[in-house]
Amino acid sequence: MKDNLFKALLFTAAVSVLLLTAGIIYALVGSASEAFGEYGFFGFITNSEWDPRSATEEYGAFSFVVGTLFTASFALLICLLFSLPVALFTGEYFKGTKISSLVGSVVNLLAGIPSIVYGLWGFYTIRPLVVDMGINSQGFGIFTASLVLAIMIIPYASSLSGEFLSMVPDKLKEGAYSMGATRIEVIQHISLPVAGSGIVAAYILALGRALGETMAVTMLIGNTNHLPKGLADTGNTMASIIANQFGEADGLKLSALIAIGLLLFIITAIINFIAKLVMKHLSRV
Amino acid sequence: MMEKKQTSIRYRNSKNKLVFILVCSLSFLSMLPLFLILWEVISRGYKNFNLQLFTEVTPSSMDAMLSRINGESIPGGILNGITGTLLIVGVAILLTIPLGLLIGIYLSENPQKKFARLASYLTDLLQGMPSIVIGIIAYAWVVKPLGGYSALAGSVALTIMMLPMVVRSTEETLKMLPRSYKEAGLALGSSYRNVVFKILLPSGFGGIFTGILLAVSRVMGETAPLMLTALGATVVNWNLMEPTSAIPLLIWDFYNDPNLVDLIWSTSLLLLIVIFLLNWLAKIVARKWKI
Amino acid sequence: MEDINYNGNKPILQLKSVSVAYSPDRKAVNEVSADIYPNTITAIMGPSGCGKSTLLRAINRMHDLYPSVKTTGEILLKGKNVLQMNPIEVRRMAGMVFQQPNPFPTMSIYDNVLAGYSLNGIRLNKQEKDRIVEQSLVSVALWDEVKDVMTKRGSFLSGGQQQRLCIARTLALKPELLLMDEPTSALDPISTNKIEELLLNLKSKYTILIVTHNMSQAARISDNSMFMYLGDLIEYGNTRHMFTKPRNKKTEEYLTGVFG
Repeated sequence: MKDNLFKALLFTAAVSVLLLTAGIIYALVGSASEAFGEYGFFGFITNSEWDPRSATEEYGAFSFVVGTLFTASFALLICLLFSLPVALFTGEYFKGTKISSLVGSVVNLLAGIPSIVYGLWGFYTIRPLVVDMGINSQGFGIFTASLVLAIMIIPYASSLSGEFLSMVPDKLKEGAYSMGATRIEVIQHISLPVAGSGIVAAYILALGRALGETMAVTMLIGNTNHLPKGLADTGNTMASIIANQFGEADGLKLSALIAIGLLLFIITAIINFIAKLVMKHLSRV
Repeated sequence: MMEKKQTSIRYRNSKNKLVFILVCSLSFLSMLPLFLILWEVISRGYKNFNLQLFTEVTPSSMDAMLSRINGESIPGGILNGITGTLLIVGVAILLTIPLGLLIGIYLSENPQKKFARLASYLTDLLQGMPSIVIGIIAYAWVVKPLGGYSALAGSVALTIMMLPMVVRSTEETLKMLPRSYKEAGLALGSSYRNVVFKILLPSGFGGIFTGILLAVSRVMGETAPLMLTALGATVVNWNLMEPTSAIPLLIWDFYNDPNLVDLIWSTSLLLLIVIFLLNWLAKIVARKWKI
Repeated sequence: MEDINYNGNKPILQLKSVSVAYSPDRKAVNEVSADIYPNTITAIMGPSGCGKSTLLRAINRMHDLYPSVKTTGEILLKGKNVLQMNPIEVRRMAGMVFQQPNPFPTMSIYDNVLAGYSLNGIRLNKQEKDRIVEQSLVSVALWDEVKDVMTKRGSFLSGGQQQRLCIARTLALKPELLLMDEPTSALDPISTNKIEELLLNLKSKYTILIVTHNMSQAARISDNSMFMYLGDLIEYGNTRHMFTKPRNKKTEEYLTGVFG
């Protein structure tokens, strides 16, 4: 008797996940509907104008969608340059050794540092460097934000891809060595292809992180509401425009910001879904 | 013999070595930012890291400016942030644990059910949600209906963040327990509820507790969702319905107010210490209570 | 050891006081000396842990992959000391087949046969590739079974087919010596039979060294046999003689099943 009650309680708890998701979608869609009603879904996404002055009020998300994709993909590119070596270091060259777990845990500590502290460090340490490099006069912009963002996502990319690399069976590697391959040739022809989809999934997940990262980007990107023209330019991401303008927003502007939040939610959900599909592909090989 | 285009062994060996050196140096370079950040926070934060930080509330911008002009060290501390973080995170933990455990138990016990798979998929969806979006949701759910910013809204936001992490760690820990634990309990005539509470949960305690600690350390430094929900306050507040500050919110305030900037590093130092302590504790728990 | 089958040839491989140590105080192979003759099959037998696989893996320097393992002595392959050669050259001269079939799962059957070439950075044109693939697969009697599914992954084949693919992959590089580390222990009897037949056919072109814990397999296919025990080479000689009249008491006990 009591057991049935308990099982019902467990089931109810699981149902709450459904309700939570439904509530989230309802809240986002409900609050975003004013902006979408005003401009239309595609009209809102493709308009790069963001003008909060009441006389000429007009809101479009395009600049921020571009800013987000631009910042996140450049960050991913820089991240690749460092996280792949870390993954090879921990999952291949020094697999199973003390130095491997040491390097792994130190890099993983990067994931523990809050976004806002990255923002401070970026502001006080990286930004002056960017000025010295002559990339732009204030040091704010896509380049600075991407650089710090890249460091923030290194642990997410490296720990997962390192794990997939370490799971490549020794018998395959030995087979390749026995035919005269060098270590890098084994990595190139065996380890990377075998762990391939897992590594790709790791980077897609890292991209998902980068897309939604808020504080550090907000503090470094320069917060301008136009379409960024290049790496040195300032801009805004979807997350940073929300963080920056939500406080003083109401009416149509608030709805437009929430609509951007909804878009961000959809984009990250799709990215994470793709990562999951890729990972499923791995388990079948 | 046929003619083969072949790279020389010397070339291949040097390429091999070069890549190895590259991998090592780039790996060590990847660790550098951690030390640079720690160095910056510690070297600039230790000066104001004193008792006053824990006993006094944030000074007003004016007071801070006056003492700066007089060449005194900055007055005040971050007591309002510390109590705020305790309140907001504490309530979030209370909301998360029961729900997270129950969902985790359900998912681990019914892995083949279609409904469980849906719930599991949605948990992944929630886990991947950017924190700023979670802020918007708590704003729409709590701030708007209640007509104002509140600690409760902040707790709701952090709960949405922590829940998927706790569910996942509970589910995964319980799935790793041998089936015989459960079967032995049921064979002794124990009720299902007792098997769960007296056998499964205690055996999986280490993994579950580690998961909770890591979830808490993840949300401890969250700023964006709190900006949209708890807003901040300059006084110590224990009322769930009132705007409340938190340690990361204060860092954001100090960053935006040049007069208060002296407090920024000691506050960041405190935040990093708390987060790394929680991480370290999680590691210890995981090692001690290994299944 | 005067009864060794050698067809009047000079040895192709000479082991001179070969020792392998996993750590300074733990020797897995102890001062083994033996001559291996071309176009013979030599079986290395012994109870598990006797060092037979360790000895085999010393010959193509697989121990180099694990820095703590030390190999000493001399291993002369066609007169050149393997331990002083470049491991890449050694491994191409001495092909190895492993206990577990290990075709590369991300490569097609066709690419698996050519893996030795791509791994070694040797570029071939399409005709050469086709010829090598066909030749190698024909020589392991796999051609007819797979010629229509060349683009499928190697892991798609049955265990026995996979192992023959791995042998083909090794033969494609035209090695002087084939080192086989219990190549049939993971296979069913029918596949085992096929591989044994294959080895007897390959003997005319290659020299084969095969580690086996299966005494009847050694009796069926090998010309000469080594018996190892606790890292020592106890006896080496003509297989038929060894199985009928072992000289050493330990060998006799092993062959009659007193231990094993």
